[in-house]
Amino acid sequence: MNIKRLIIIPAYNEEKQIASVIEGVREYSDADIVVIDDGSEDRTAERARSAGARVIRHPFNMGYGVAIQTGYKYAFRNDYESLLQIDGDGQHHPAYIPDLFALVENHKCDLVIGSRFLKNNQYKTGLLKSAAIRLFRWVIRMITGETITDPTSGYRCMNRTVFRYFTEDGFPYDYPDANIIIVLHRRGLKMTELPVMMAPNSEGRSMHRGIFKISYYFFKVFLSILVTLLRKKSSL
Amino acid sequence: MTLHQKIFAVFVSLAIFVVIITLVRNRKLRAEYSWLWLLAGFVVFVLVLWYDLLVKLTALIGAVAPTTTLFIFSIIFLVFTALHFAIKVSRLSDQLKNLAQKISLLEAQRDGSFH
Repeated sequence: MNIKRLIIIPAYNEEKQIASVIEGVREYSDADIVVIDDGSEDRTAERARSAGARVIRHPFNMGYGVAIQTGYKYAFRNDYESLLQIDGDGQHHPAYIPDLFALVENHKCDLVIGSRFLKNNQYKTGLLKSAAIRLFRWVIRMITGETITDPTSGYRCMNRTVFRYFTEDGFPYDYPDANIIIVLHRRGLKMTELPVMMAPNSEGRSMHRGIFKISYYFFKVFLSILVTLLRKKSSL
Repeated sequence: MTLHQKIFAVFVSLAIFVVIITLVRNRKLRAEYSWLWLLAGFVVFVLVLWYDLLVKLTALIGAVAPTTTLFIFSIIFLVFTALHFAIKVSRLSDQLKNLAQKISLLEAQRDGSFH
């Protein structure tokens, strides 16, 4: 059975790493690769193209959430059956790609998250980020009863039902983390995690940094979760 | 309300009216947004000429001075205007995002980077 697979790589100013990320992915999968260049100011798009990936370029920077949604839209329009997303900074090891696809394609779940905390690996996070993740984990368990150890992981694989749903206008592109898990749970979709190794971000860049940014991020995510919970199930 | 205050208030409401009409006429402001401002000018105008209404309104909301009523309603008006714009901006951001995504997907298709 030949399943139409897509791997999306959201990237913003990743000219140094993007080629090696694509090569790494190629080693483990023959799926189509699309890089979503989120309005980079450097040569990310050219590097990705030379490395053999297809490139979708945003006219300006719109953020990580919008970049992955562009990938979902592309996958949906081009009739892909399963989709994997992996970060463009080389943080995610591509060796887990076959396992992630297998979990989704064998109907074990609708969405699988690559978790850096499931197994005792050496991943070090900052104090603030680790506190943030712990809090998210707790909120998710309170609301859904499920334990998701790494709700902010961008290493995910999903089937068409999930990414089709993410193409809709309600997709919380500002903060596609914990609330996505809650929304999927309320829709009755099945999620699981796969232990993966992650390298610390090589350039020390992180999605959420600094006490102010983290607090603001938290506030937004919690507000978004609250609003999600207030919505009727049918409108999710 | 003294005649002095009345003249000033009428002048302000007329000024708002003229500015809005001029902006709409010069296509700087879309007619869709003008009604709210015209309404504000109109309300000031009415309250100035019909001072009893303002006094009654003051008694109704439990304020002491009629000027307080004017200030309270001005603030409520400004809050609603700001909210109105926040809603517009949210919708515009969503539309802009969808448009940018569409352009990106079409551009990639045109450049032959798709199947």
